[in-house]
Amino acid sequence: MLLTVLSGLFFSCLTIPFGKMLKTKWSILLPIVPLLLFAFFLTQIPLISSGNSLYQHINWISSLGVNFDFKLDGLSLLFSLLITGIGTAIFVYARSYLKGHRYYDRFFGYLFLFMAAMLGVVLSNNILLLFIFWELTSISSFFLIGFNNDNAESRKSAITSFCITGLGGFFLLAGLILLGNIADTFVISELIQAKDLILNHQLYPVAVIFLCIGAFTKSAQFPFHFWLPGAMKAPTPVSAYLHSATMVKAGIYLLARFTPILGGTPLWNNTLMIVGGITMLYAAIHSLFRIDLKGILAYSTISVLGVLTFLLGIGTKEAVTAASVFLLAHALYKATLFLVTGIIDHETGTRDISLLSGLGKVMFPVAIAGSLAALSSAGVPLTFGFIGKDLIYEATLHTPQINFKWVLTGLAIATNVGLVAAGFMAGFKPFFGKLPQQFAGVHLPYTSMWIPPLVLGVLGVIFGCAPGITGHLLTEQVAKNIIHHEITAPLKIYHGFNQVLILSLSTLAVGTLVYLMNKASSRKLAFIARFKALSPEQIIIGCGEDLLKISAWATSLSHNGYLRSYHLKIILFAEALLAYKLWHSGSISIDLNMLTQPGLYEIAVALVFVGALGIMVSTSSRLTAVVSMSIIGYCTCLIFVFYSAPDLAMTQFTIDTLSTVLFVLVLYRLPSFINLASRKILYRDAAVSIGFGLILSLIALKVWSEPITKDISHFYGENAYLLAKGKNVVNVILVDFRGIDTMFETVVLSIAALGVYSLIRLRLKPTEKE
Amino acid sequence: MRSPILQAATKYLLPILLLFSFFLLLRGHYYPGGGFVGGLVASIAFVLHSFANGTESTMKLLKHKPLSLIPIGLGISATSVSLPLLFGLPPMTGLWFDEPIPVIGMIGSSLFFDLGVYLVVIGVVLTILFTIALDNLSDKT
Repeated sequence: MLLTVLSGLFFSCLTIPFGKMLKTKWSILLPIVPLLLFAFFLTQIPLISSGNSLYQHINWISSLGVNFDFKLDGLSLLFSLLITGIGTAIFVYARSYLKGHRYYDRFFGYLFLFMAAMLGVVLSNNILLLFIFWELTSISSFFLIGFNNDNAESRKSAITSFCITGLGGFFLLAGLILLGNIADTFVISELIQAKDLILNHQLYPVAVIFLCIGAFTKSAQFPFHFWLPGAMKAPTPVSAYLHSATMVKAGIYLLARFTPILGGTPLWNNTLMIVGGITMLYAAIHSLFRIDLKGILAYSTISVLGVLTFLLGIGTKEAVTAASVFLLAHALYKATLFLVTGIIDHETGTRDISLLSGLGKVMFPVAIAGSLAALSSAGVPLTFGFIGKDLIYEATLHTPQINFKWVLTGLAIATNVGLVAAGFMAGFKPFFGKLPQQFAGVHLPYTSMWIPPLVLGVLGVIFGCAPGITGHLLTEQVAKNIIHHEITAPLKIYHGFNQVLILSLSTLAVGTLVYLMNKASSRKLAFIARFKALSPEQIIIGCGEDLLKISAWATSLSHNGYLRSYHLKIILFAEALLAYKLWHSGSISIDLNMLTQPGLYEIAVALVFVGALGIMVSTSSRLTAVVSMSIIGYCTCLIFVFYSAPDLAMTQFTIDTLSTVLFVLVLYRLPSFINLASRKILYRDAAVSIGFGLILSLIALKVWSEPITKDISHFYGENAYLLAKGKNVVNVILVDFRGIDTMFETVVLSIAALGVYSLIRLRLKPTEKE
Repeated sequence: MRSPILQAATKYLLPILLLFSFFLLLRGHYYPGGGFVGGLVASIAFVLHSFANGTESTMKLLKHKPLSLIPIGLGISATSVSLPLLFGLPPMTGLWFDEPIPVIGMIGSSLFFDLGVYLVVIGVVLTILFTIALDNLSDKT
C-alpha cells in the first residue's frame, strides 16, 4: 500500500522533467496511473468484503512512534476507490478541459500530489502519518484552488481555504497528540482497543473538540463552511475532484475513523448532530438562492457534508449504513454534476442558470449525464440516491433519542427538499426548455470530456438498481468499520409501503414543486447578499483583518528599521534575563587566592586594551573606532595565547582581521560621521553598555565560584583519541563528536553568504519595486 | 592607490599563506588548527591579494565566483557524513584508512568533513567581502 501512495508522489515529481512531453500527445499516459491504482483497489474487494483487512508496517521514525503503518479495511477501500476511480475520470476529463493551458504539466503534478496525499490519509493506520498526509492535502489543494494564479480572486480564495484548513490542521494535530499520549500509542487499531481508557480520561472532551474542529474545517461545516464556495474559483475538474468526491470528505472520513475510538458519548453524538444539522439546513436553503451553477453545487455539497456529519452523530446502525451509502451516492452524482457544469462553462462561457436553457438539443449525451445525476441527487427510485435518502429517513426515525425523532426527521426532510431542488437546478435547468439564439452554435465537447460524467451518471443508476450487491461488496464493511458491529440488513430497492417510502416520495414531490416555483434571478442573489454582514464568513475574515492590524502595530513597535533600536532591545532583553537569573542564584564570593598573579605581559595588554577602548569611545572618526576595536580583539587574542588556548587565539585573530576588512568596506558606503545623539541618549547608551559588561563580568566570576562538573570534558579528553583518532580535542569535537552541529553551522553560513550576495546583486528597476 | 611593495609581497605571500592554511587544515586533528581557521587564513590571503591588486584581478585569479565553492564544500561535508551509511554504519561514523600516508598522516572521513568546512568558509567569506567590494567599485564608476 505504501507503493500506491508513493506512486502518486513519484509521478508528481516526474512531471518536472517530462512536463514538455506531457503537453503533446503523450498526455494520454496520464490517466493510466489512477486507472491502475483503481484496478488494484478493485482486486482487493473480495478480500475486504469477506471481513478481512490488509496491513502493512514499515519502520520510519520508531522512536517518535511515527511509522508507515497502513491498513486497508472497508472504510479505507471505499474512499480509495472513490479517490482513484473518480480520479481516473478527472484525469481523462482534465486532459481535454485544460488542453493548451500554459501550466498544463504543473496541473497534473499537483493533481498527482493531491491524489497521493488523499490515499495516504485514508490508508494510514498511524495518526501522525495520517496528519502528515492530511496537511499535504491542504497544501496541494492550495495550489489547485489558486491554479489560475493571475487572478486575484483565485489567489485570495486559495489563501482563505488554506488558512481555514490549516487552522483546523493545528487543532487536529493537538487532538491527535493528546489521544496518543492518553493511550500511549499512535496506531489507530491499538487506539480502538484503548477506548475505555480514552473515554474516561479527563482530557477526553478537549481531544474531541480539537479533533472535531479539524474535521469540520476540512469538511466545510458551519461556521467554517465559507471557504468551499470561495474555492469554486478553481478549474472545474479540481472542484469536481476536491470539493465533491475527495478532500472535503476527508473530514467525514476522520470522523468515521474515530467513531470507534471516541464515539458513543453524548458529547460526540450531540456535537456532530448539532453542527451537521445546522450545516445541512443552512446550506440547503442557501443553495436555492444561487444562480451560478458552481455556487449551487458548492452549497448543496456543504449541505450533504452536513447530512453525513449528522448521520455519524446519530451513530446508530441504520445511520452509519445510511452515511456510507449516501457518501458513495453523493460522490457519484456530484462529480457528474460538476463535470457537466465544466462542459457547459467550457462551451457556452457562462454558468448563470438564469441564462442557460435548452442545451440538451445540442449536447445530448451531456444532458443525459446531467439528468441522471439530478435524478440520483433528487432520490428518484431506481437511482442510488434513492437508496441513500431512504436510509436517512430510516436512521432519523429509529434514533435512540425518541423525543427528538420528529425534529431530526423534519430537519432531514427540509434539507432533502432543498437538495432535490438544487439538483434539478443544476442537472435539468440548463438542458430543457427553449434554446436561446446565442447558444445555437454550441456543440459537443471532446469525447473524452463527456464520457467521464456519463459513466459516473450511469454508475449511479446501476448501483441503484442493484443495491444488494453494492451493499454486500462495499458499504456493509464500511458501516462495520465505523461502529464495530455486524450489519445484517441488506440494501433493498423496495421495503414495502411504509413511513419511509411516504416520506421519500413526498420529499421528492415538494422538492420538485420548490424547483418549479423557484425562478432563478439575480434579485434573489442580492436579497441573500444583504445577510452577508451577519455571516460567519464576515466575522472570521474580520477577525483575520484585526489580527493583521495587531501584527502591523506590534511590528512597527519592535521592527522600526533602526539598527540601533534593535541592538538596544536585544541587549536590554539579554540583560534583563541574565540579571534576573543572577539575582536568584545567590551571592557571589570571590576567592582572591585562586586568581593567578598578573604578570608583566598581562598588565601591558590590559593597558593597551583600556587605551584602545578610550580612543574608540571618544573618537569622531569611524575608521579610528574600527581600528581601535580590532586592537581590542588582538589584545583578547594575546590573552588567549597567555592562557594556552591556541585554537581560540588563531580563530579570534583571523576573524578580527576579516571583520575589520568588512567594516572598512561597509564604511565606504556611509556618509561622514556626525554625532546627532543628544547627551541624554549618550548617557542611556552608556548605562546599557556598562550594565551589560558588569553582568557578564559577574557571570564570569560566578562560573568560577560554582562547583564545576568535569564529566563532559573528561569524556572528550579520554575518548578523543580512542574513538576519533584525534589528539586535538577541540577539533575532534567540531568534526566528529558534534559534527552534525558543524554541518548545519556551515549551512547557516552559506545561507548568510547567499543572502548578502542576492541582496547586493539584486538590482531592481524602479518599475519592479513594490 | 597601489603600493608596489605590497604587490610584490603578495606575489610570494599568497602561495605561502595558502600553503599554511592547508597545513592548518591537515594538522587540525592532532594540533591546533582545523578547517575553520584554515579557511579563514586562506580567505585572508585572497583579501590581501585584492588589497594589493584590486578585487577585479583577484576575481580573475580565482576564475570562478567564490560562491561556487559553497556547494562544493557542502557537498564534500555531506558526502563524508553520509558515506558510512553505505557500509551499514550510522551517519558520521569515522572511517579511516588503515595505513598512514606519508607527509599527511592518517586519513579519515573527518578530514574530508573538515575539507568541506574549509571550502565553505572560504566561499562564504570571499563572497560576502568581494560582493560588497565590487559593489562599491561599480558605484564609483
